[in-house]
Amino acid sequence: MSWLAIILIVWPLAWALNVAMVRSAFGETRAVSLLVPLVFGATLILLWEGLVRHFNVMPVILPAPSAVWARFVDSRELLWGDFQQTVLKGALSGYAIGCIAAFIAAVLIDRSSFLTRGLLPIGNFVAALPIVGIAPILVSWFGFDWESKAAVVVVMVFFPMLVNCVQGLRETEAMQRDLMRTYAASYGQTMWRLRLPAAMPFIFNGLKISTTLALIGAVVAEYFGSPTRGMGFRISTGVGSLSIDLVWAEIMVAALAGTVLYGVVAWIERRLCFWHPSHRK
Amino acid sequence: MRAALPVLVVLALIGALWYAAVPFMNIRVSLDLAERMGETVEPEGVNVRRELSVPTLLLNNPGRIGETFRLERPRLPTPGQVLSELWATSGAMVLEGRGFSKRSLIYHGWITLRSTLSGFALGLALGLAGAVAITYARVVERSLMPWAIISQTIPIVALAPMIVVLSSQIGVEGRGLPKAIISAYLCYFPILVGMVKGLNSPSDQQLDLLKTYSASGFQSFWKLRLPASMPYLFASLKVGIAAALVGTIVGELPTGAISGLGARILIGDQFGTPLAIWAALLAAAILAGLLVTALDMVQRSVLRRRGMAA
Repeated sequence: MSWLAIILIVWPLAWALNVAMVRSAFGETRAVSLLVPLVFGATLILLWEGLVRHFNVMPVILPAPSAVWARFVDSRELLWGDFQQTVLKGALSGYAIGCIAAFIAAVLIDRSSFLTRGLLPIGNFVAALPIVGIAPILVSWFGFDWESKAAVVVVMVFFPMLVNCVQGLRETEAMQRDLMRTYAASYGQTMWRLRLPAAMPFIFNGLKISTTLALIGAVVAEYFGSPTRGMGFRISTGVGSLSIDLVWAEIMVAALAGTVLYGVVAWIERRLCFWHPSHRK
Repeated sequence: MRAALPVLVVLALIGALWYAAVPFMNIRVSLDLAERMGETVEPEGVNVRRELSVPTLLLNNPGRIGETFRLERPRLPTPGQVLSELWATSGAMVLEGRGFSKRSLIYHGWITLRSTLSGFALGLALGLAGAVAITYARVVERSLMPWAIISQTIPIVALAPMIVVLSSQIGVEGRGLPKAIISAYLCYFPILVGMVKGLNSPSDQQLDLLKTYSASGFQSFWKLRLPASMPYLFASLKVGIAAALVGTIVGELPTGAISGLGARILIGDQFGTPLAIWAALLAAAILAGLLVTALDMVQRSVLRRRGMAA
């Protein structure tokens, strides 16, 4: 049986399965919510595999998922080294520095309503700019190693994080702040017990946006010069030397890293912001 | 006016900080340059100076501080230098009648704008189609939504060179299409999420009312859901167009493109002309501002006509 036939049979079947699962009595259970997208994703991968095999697409153009997986298993060590260089050293350190700096800046700015009013529009505007273009400048300032990648990430995550923190700190109502005053709460106490918890959903929104930006920044910065390891380096040289399966394996690692990073932040958010309407059951 | 004053003060503060940083960033370059020209600097020798801190160098050579603002290849140019470079590669060339020559930022900005708009249109179509499908078919929401979220956690730049290779292998000439795909990938998500929210914003009461009028599915979509989603649509369009511009510039950065603002940044890096990089960055910022402002104006006029002025 040809691959095309398999696709034409499996695809509608999988879709029918999903429809049946969603409409069934168990449609709202957790297992089904996990299973439905998994079936959908598996179908997509099968579609990719089948089309590549059926049309005999050359591996230098688009390798089949099975070939990518084989390459991934073969070069685990290489990929792990790239992962360390780009994600652990470049992206995560920049992410931590940038987010903490933005948070501290937001708390400081928040003390003056004049500064807040001046900085919010500017921050909002800068957050929408294509800041990744600053990568070559920072690479020439901080050298080729991971420090320059971390610097790019710091600049990229700073403004979205700052805007979210400042906005979050303004979230409390006058009534709530008055209540804290009647309790004779100090600035620190009001901050810790009222305003920070109220700002949490916003802070986590900024943290979640920043996870993706951090990876983008770290990878792009490597296109402008890096030591001979790192995900961006491997991708750009891999495209040049036509080892496309390695590039796809690297993309797989990037996708996994991005998803896990986002998932971790979302998990912490659910733990800390369980009281927020969007997380209530 | 009351809203503008704080913004202006903060802008002035940022400008002042920038100018203050320039001597610190540039003094080493400036001293190296002066020494090569045969002038006496304190202390002599690049290697000796490398051991010293920047403030010491500034204190030793107060006469050189003025030069740090006028370097041809500064590590950090002044805002004035960037502005004059921007003018030299845009406005001044228009005055000479060469506004669309390949060295003008207007030409490169136009290339970037074109890809951004086509990517934005593609992302808009994808986002709207996805939102409608999700609103009307529960199975689509359950299958697609998790993947839409995951797709945004994947650093698209990793995919950018692949998209370029793929489309050139399939026989698509030029870089327009791959850039548009990358920017569509980045901008469809905010539009999808915003429109799902917007299309679901009518209350049950309103939907029930349309049912009592025996409105068809299409009618309730066209007369209730779509108009109700307008405020959400515009909010997400503004996020989306900014994301589309980021996508285009990212698409131009690593892929060896020769035209477009991202390519100007790349070329400026390869030829060691920092002023060109900064001017291209500023041009990209201006483009982003223009696009968002244009959408803002459309939003105001549409919402006013619909009686939903915000």
